[in-house]
Amino acid sequence: MANNDNQRDRPWLMRTYSGHSSARASNALYRTNLAKGQTGLSVAFDLPTQTGYDADNPLARGEVGKVGVPISHIEDMDQLFDQIPLDQMNTSMTINATAPWLLALYIGLAQRRGIDAKLLTGTTQNDIIKEYLSRGTYIYPPGPSMRMIADTINYTVKHVPKWNPTNICSYHLQEAGATPVQELAYALSTATAVLDRVMAAGEIQASEFPQVVERISFFVNAGIRFVEETCKMRAFGEMWDEITRTRYHVTDPKLRRFRNGVQVNSLGLTESQPENNVQRIVLEMLAVVLSKNARARAVQLPAWNEAMGLPRPWDQQWALRIQQVMAYETDLLEYGDILDGSPVIAAKVAELIAGARAEMKNIEAQGGMIAAIESGYVKRELVRSHMNRLRAIESGDLKIIGVNSFKETAESPLTQGVDGGIMKVDPAAESEQIARLRAHRAQRNHAEVTAALADLTAAAKSSENIMPSSIRCALAGVTTGEWGDTLRAVFGEFRPPTGIDIAMNDASTLGNKEIVSRIRERVKSTGAALGRPLKLLVGKPGLDGHSNGAEQIAVKARDVGFEVVYDGIRLTPQQLAQAAQEEGVHMVGLSILSGSHMELIESVLQELKARDLADLPTIAGGIIPVEDADKLTALGIKAVYTPKDFDMNAIMADMVDIIRKTHGMEPLGPIH
Amino acid sequence: MTQDRFPDPERLAQRIVLGERAAVASGLNLLDNTLPEARARAARLLAALSGERWLTGGHIVGVTGPPGVGKSSLLAALIREWRATGRTVAVLAVDPSSRPEVGGGALLGDRLRIKSAAHDDGLFIRSLASRNQLGGVSTEVWPMTWLLLTCFDLVVIETVGVGQTEIDIADISDTVCFVAQPASGDTIQYIKSGIMEIPDIFAVNKADMGSSANKTASDIGRIGSRPDRQHDWEYPVCLVSATHHSGIDQLVNHIDRHREYLAGSGSLDLLRSRHQRGWVLRLLQDEFGSFGIAIAGGRSALEARMSEHRLSQFSEYQNARNAIISRFVSAD
Repeated sequence: MANNDNQRDRPWLMRTYSGHSSARASNALYRTNLAKGQTGLSVAFDLPTQTGYDADNPLARGEVGKVGVPISHIEDMDQLFDQIPLDQMNTSMTINATAPWLLALYIGLAQRRGIDAKLLTGTTQNDIIKEYLSRGTYIYPPGPSMRMIADTINYTVKHVPKWNPTNICSYHLQEAGATPVQELAYALSTATAVLDRVMAAGEIQASEFPQVVERISFFVNAGIRFVEETCKMRAFGEMWDEITRTRYHVTDPKLRRFRNGVQVNSLGLTESQPENNVQRIVLEMLAVVLSKNARARAVQLPAWNEAMGLPRPWDQQWALRIQQVMAYETDLLEYGDILDGSPVIAAKVAELIAGARAEMKNIEAQGGMIAAIESGYVKRELVRSHMNRLRAIESGDLKIIGVNSFKETAESPLTQGVDGGIMKVDPAAESEQIARLRAHRAQRNHAEVTAALADLTAAAKSSENIMPSSIRCALAGVTTGEWGDTLRAVFGEFRPPTGIDIAMNDASTLGNKEIVSRIRERVKSTGAALGRPLKLLVGKPGLDGHSNGAEQIAVKARDVGFEVVYDGIRLTPQQLAQAAQEEGVHMVGLSILSGSHMELIESVLQELKARDLADLPTIAGGIIPVEDADKLTALGIKAVYTPKDFDMNAIMADMVDIIRKTHGMEPLGPIH
Repeated sequence: MTQDRFPDPERLAQRIVLGERAAVASGLNLLDNTLPEARARAARLLAALSGERWLTGGHIVGVTGPPGVGKSSLLAALIREWRATGRTVAVLAVDPSSRPEVGGGALLGDRLRIKSAAHDDGLFIRSLASRNQLGGVSTEVWPMTWLLLTCFDLVVIETVGVGQTEIDIADISDTVCFVAQPASGDTIQYIKSGIMEIPDIFAVNKADMGSSANKTASDIGRIGSRPDRQHDWEYPVCLVSATHHSGIDQLVNHIDRHREYLAGSGSLDLLRSRHQRGWVLRLLQDEFGSFGIAIAGGRSALEARMSEHRLSQFSEYQNARNAIISRFVSAD
């Protein structure tokens, strides 16, 4: 239906994903952003908060306040929302394994401020499946994790009815390499796994189940192929409508709407000529707002400089202004759906739906999404897709302007400032947060804390909903680490399959065969000269769970003949150094994307030294600014690779030469 | 590329006996190295380490089974149980290599599935690629096992069961434990393949799956207890669940009992010395071929000499090796 003349649609919710250093600093940023016309908040938490550790836990070292705000207890939450009215704010929290806890802190805070929980609006991301597959901030095994997601849904439907308790994410699947068909299939299979679990819990009567279905929302990605991405959004809407109608018998079409928020693609943002990311972001946004019937409910855009480091307030303002120009200056919101009736669009949508249906059947045949995660199937498929993408970039089949084509550039004034064009987190943030946490622990009522935690343990062991006891913990002053550890003791911890055991296939995954054979020859002859095959340890120290880069290096190194040890994410420097020693590797490769590279790499080097392995060549990869790369080299790191080093063959050849030099052998030079 | 980068074998042996981690790691690197100088030093290292303990001490346990049955998680549960009683454990985890024509690389590990997050000095894990040697376990696993036996109570070899590996693992372990899972096609294939004659203990993992686990256990039980096998050992089949940590203590008990059975019947040292001879011959064959073995006096003469010197078979290995090399050198 066409709109009346002069009547514009209401724009989507506009957010920027932000939070850093401390609750106080983040609160100041939020209030500035709201004053600039942002209409909702999107809270980024730091990794210790996301993985259930207190700021003073050894694993949290170097990570406090880095990728988001540290929230250790209810006083932090109070400070984060200082002067922000909870009953009028729409708050989205990117929180998963600890989602019930952060939601409990939010509800607890509202209670303390005398605000009715029924007025709270917002979203907890609360999708553990994509954490296992891509983002990495999982804690507990699938069973208890799915149960806690069901608990939050059951609780909010009754007590916080305007809350979106779970936000099924296809976003991170695309970041992990998913094709549009895989995004559709895996996100929708996740949604049905969640709803089936809630249904099985039996807390909700069949007549009320459509309300539960309505509360399921999605968090979607949009890449640069914007025609296909628009079609994907339409396919999502059509498929969700069908699934909710046939599988869950929802009769009211309003309750069957595909409600979604979007953050556009970060994977495709480049470190070289970073200003080009602005037009990428604009076009990607177009994909999710263009078609009225498939328009996003909320949009957050990355900043142009995300591939270089953390964005500054000015970078975030720019991202917000892009949305405002689209919503308020263009005529987009004056029309109905401009793509309805296009045979080209309809055909593409049908093609995506057919592909996604087939893959969903495949997942169902394997026993559903949880089974397909546990077996490693889905992860393997994603690693394979990602590998294919990287091969296409390497070969030039997939063009990326400024990276593998049109590379010549004038010096960019945007990156010439004293800060190098990125945000620096206050180095004192960690110690300040620890001091604040210790003071909090000292002044709370210990008997109340102990009783609340006992309550939580009891709820976890029984089938009782986890939310009421978590809210009691929040009000008693329990900390994030205490909540996390209490449930670790009951549920245990989980390590999912790494997915790197994909079969080798020369034709599709290896790229230029001639170059690959030459690298294999180098790996082999160097190993022979040293007396045993080259062995590599790929490690991800710290809490950062973005493992795609590490996985790609591990698979590629295996493909060119290395024997590769890779044990997944979240390892301490001590564990990595011990593995390097026990395994007798020729090289250690470290991958860090959280911005904690300086602290973590220094610790790994110290641990290696303590084991007499100071001469073991160590390399690093990740989002590492140039000046940090120089400092790391000074510490003894042999090479630093960043997103601009997309040519994996070149990295492999370089690695072989580093090993050769360490052993006094002649380097063989770059491979052409 | 100088030879001085290889450690002095006798001095290294002293440190290994004391259980120094860095020395253990460096000894394993030496045993893994195929350069002639490394081979010579490896032979000296083994000779320096060999002794009574290699025939009668410690326990070498092979854990095998089809992919996906939860071997690593089960091994983790076993290790927790062993460590809780203060026993030290070394693990050699063997993973398949890709074919040589596609680079011969390998993805190794699952260290963290085997190990808890906490730091533990009583546990040592080394991953190895199979390197396609004779389709089974790589030759290096043998000497590495004996090195680790000098300073750990238990040495566990974990392999993915794919036919040849079971035969190899039986040629090195005191006790072979086969892990199966309920209602799996792989397990059924395995039962049919006849390799079932190798394991000493069967563990059906994922016992929480209920009746299908019981059925798999009874299927295995029928075959495992075939009358032509060694009597006095009942080839136990036990139901375990690594995730629910059930049945683990029984499995530990079966493994201990099997060692007692071997020691009690006087077959442990015979088994060990047969395994060592077998490996020495395999290694000589690898390095020098049949011609080399003929130069050293032939297979049966070598076997006879080693049987006479059971406590120092590696000195015999070193002698044989030197004899062959000197012949090659003098022929120059």
